[in-house]
Amino acid sequence: MAHSAQAEAEHHHDHPYGVGRWLFSTNHKDIGTMYLVLAIIGGIVGGLLSMGMRAELMEPGMQIFGNPELFNVFVTAHGLIMVFFMVMPATMGGFGNWMMPLMIGAPDMAFPRMNNISFWLLAMAFVLLVISLFMPGAPGSTGVGGGWTIYAPLSTSGTPGIAMDFAILSIHLAGASSILGAINFITTIFNMRAPGMTLHKMPLFVWSVLITAFLLLLSLPVLAGAITMLLTDRNFGTAFFDSAHGGDPLLWQHLFWFFGHPEVYILILPGFGIVSQIVATFSRKPVFGYLGMAYAMVAIGVIGFVVWAHHMYAAGLDVNTQAYFVFATMVIAVPTGVKIFSWIATMWGGSLSFKTPMLWALGFIFLFTIGGVTGVVLSNAGVDRSFHDTYYVVAHFHYVLSLGAVFSLFAGWYYWSPKMTGYMYSEPIGKLHFWLMFIGANLAFFPQHFLGAAGMPRRYADYPDAYAGWNFISSIGAYIAFAGFVVFLFGIIAQFARKQKAADNPWGAGATTLEWTLPSPPPFHTFETLPRIK
Amino acid sequence: MAILHRTLTVLAALAGLFASGPALAGMGQPSPWQLGFQDAATPVMAQITDFHTYVTIIITVIALFVLALMIYVMVRFNEKRNPTPSRTSHNTAIEVAWTVIPIFILVAIAIPSFRLLFAQYDFPKADVTITATGSQWYWSYEYPDEGISFDSIMVPDASLKEGQPRLLTVDNEVVVPVNANVIVGLKSNDVIHDWALPSFGVKLDAVPGRLQQTWFRAEKEGWFYGQCSELCGRNHAFMPIAVRVVSQDEYDAWIAKTKSAAIDTGGKVASAEE
Repeated sequence: MAHSAQAEAEHHHDHPYGVGRWLFSTNHKDIGTMYLVLAIIGGIVGGLLSMGMRAELMEPGMQIFGNPELFNVFVTAHGLIMVFFMVMPATMGGFGNWMMPLMIGAPDMAFPRMNNISFWLLAMAFVLLVISLFMPGAPGSTGVGGGWTIYAPLSTSGTPGIAMDFAILSIHLAGASSILGAINFITTIFNMRAPGMTLHKMPLFVWSVLITAFLLLLSLPVLAGAITMLLTDRNFGTAFFDSAHGGDPLLWQHLFWFFGHPEVYILILPGFGIVSQIVATFSRKPVFGYLGMAYAMVAIGVIGFVVWAHHMYAAGLDVNTQAYFVFATMVIAVPTGVKIFSWIATMWGGSLSFKTPMLWALGFIFLFTIGGVTGVVLSNAGVDRSFHDTYYVVAHFHYVLSLGAVFSLFAGWYYWSPKMTGYMYSEPIGKLHFWLMFIGANLAFFPQHFLGAAGMPRRYADYPDAYAGWNFISSIGAYIAFAGFVVFLFGIIAQFARKQKAADNPWGAGATTLEWTLPSPPPFHTFETLPRIK
Repeated sequence: MAILHRTLTVLAALAGLFASGPALAGMGQPSPWQLGFQDAATPVMAQITDFHTYVTIIITVIALFVLALMIYVMVRFNEKRNPTPSRTSHNTAIEVAWTVIPIFILVAIAIPSFRLLFAQYDFPKADVTITATGSQWYWSYEYPDEGISFDSIMVPDASLKEGQPRLLTVDNEVVVPVNANVIVGLKSNDVIHDWALPSFGVKLDAVPGRLQQTWFRAEKEGWFYGQCSELCGRNHAFMPIAVRVVSQDEYDAWIAKTKSAAIDTGGKVASAEE
């Protein structure tokens, strides 16, 4: 019934074509597609940067980078691009825009035109960041080499060139893009759910992007303030971070990490939502403990705002401050554990099929657990004394990001791309991609725990000879993972070339959310007649 | 017979060496294929190592438990073996258990964790006081009570002598007596640096405009190395820290020699090699 009303409505609609369709889009599906394309480009550039770094680190000595500052520029660009131009656009801009309105039965976002400006602000931000790579930075070098954390005074007096100002303006635009997007997501979810869909009936993916939107809304303005203060310290004679004139470098760290810690939950929460949808679908069972799952994410989001200084244990904080942050950080392990066990309980008693999306979700659950428990280790300031700024930290966050967030992104891709493109992907290619990434990323990052324990600092272009063995293994793993990424790109081309049409619901009885009631691909406008939810 | 006995002894020793394998951490510097921390040279580092072993055992058990559950689920409930899924989506008892048991585990971690943290900040009375000042890209040291100061610059690869580790060796190392409480003041001339010594369990940022303090009590003699641990620009990887721990007598002799060398040259010491 709803289907033919749909078809009739579409018959009377024009939809835009050509350049205008994309430049002036007000369509959540098209904007979602543009975000996914940007994220893939970000992944290619960020991935190539990491290949450069791992090639240099494969052996002791400087083989590839003549100027070690250029290595620091690679480190910085890799971090900024993967965070702001790969994970965030893919999860919120890409899957969030595409699927959230469909899942709540809404015809589009609350502010379709603002949705478009969010995308184009981000595209402009990416351009500014790439330009910064070619502008003067530190004396004698181009680009910004301060790490994605750009601590003052390295980012003020230590980087006199305008590359830093380009990077600051890039982050201004990216932040504005996300703040506007957050307003859009929150308004849409609060106001445009189809009749009968209470908050406690929303799919968990919708919960995850709602909470993420609140984190963005509340943390990004602090980053915006901080980088504006950096800009004025650099160009307009202020001294917020300059101790010689009454400022304090630690002020930068507090402001940055007050944003930076919620940011890492922003990176992972939508992934939690994607994994919930996929585990339920491929277990043919509803998610275990729905309310626990939803409110665990709320707890993670809220507590995530009061733990920021666990990034600053070696900065010179007093011992009682450190003790508070140890306690608060350990608390987050409880709701996170609830989620891991709930996913397993969802599968318990289910009827599991191991298609590609499910492989990625299963990989996520185990590998995110490993990253999560090393996070518990690091939360203890006493032992972080040894691990701070070593490869143990690099291992931890790459487990939760490359083996967590990225796994959830690929899971979402294989789950939803048949819906979005109308074409089934190739299972053998998908599985090959999974196994290359699984083996490669584990080989790349597990040995880094050993390097960190042995004392190897991070952001180092060269290292004492004793660290050579594990660095070699890590580089080989990185190459294998990148090969997996190439297989992924090839698989996308194959998906379009094969033209194997995807059903409305390729996944069977386990796929119970509203997007699976629509054709693949869905029409340009959907749910112009609102569905009724029982 | 004697030759056979000796051969077997040598082979057994070699086997022992390879069997204990990569876990053999160096004293004061990393070893190839090292898995864990460098050997502790201070009581604080020994406490860090013990705590880390304890927490690592706990997290390994947890990770293996999750893995075991997942393997069980994948085998037992795959669609061939379980074609009809259940609809169970709640179980209050288990939901309480998996909230409360992790809390107990976290408390079991937190208690020794706070003990360790407060021990690190339990500053003893100083026997020796030094200040370390970070600059781009080297460390400078002062012994304010002795009127000694010098720069400590990394020795480039081409100038290394036999046995000196690459990227860790400096021209003038810090010298301290064994079993002495050393208080280290940290300063910076430009950007944030970080003074770290893995074997001592010491790590603290050097922030411009601040004087921060840390301390250690080295209970073993020898050479101990660390590296700058806060990104500080181009040569961040090339400003190491080297500490030589010696007997009290050797320390007193070194102080006397260094002071007179400084008076002779009228300034900073060119070499404290010995």
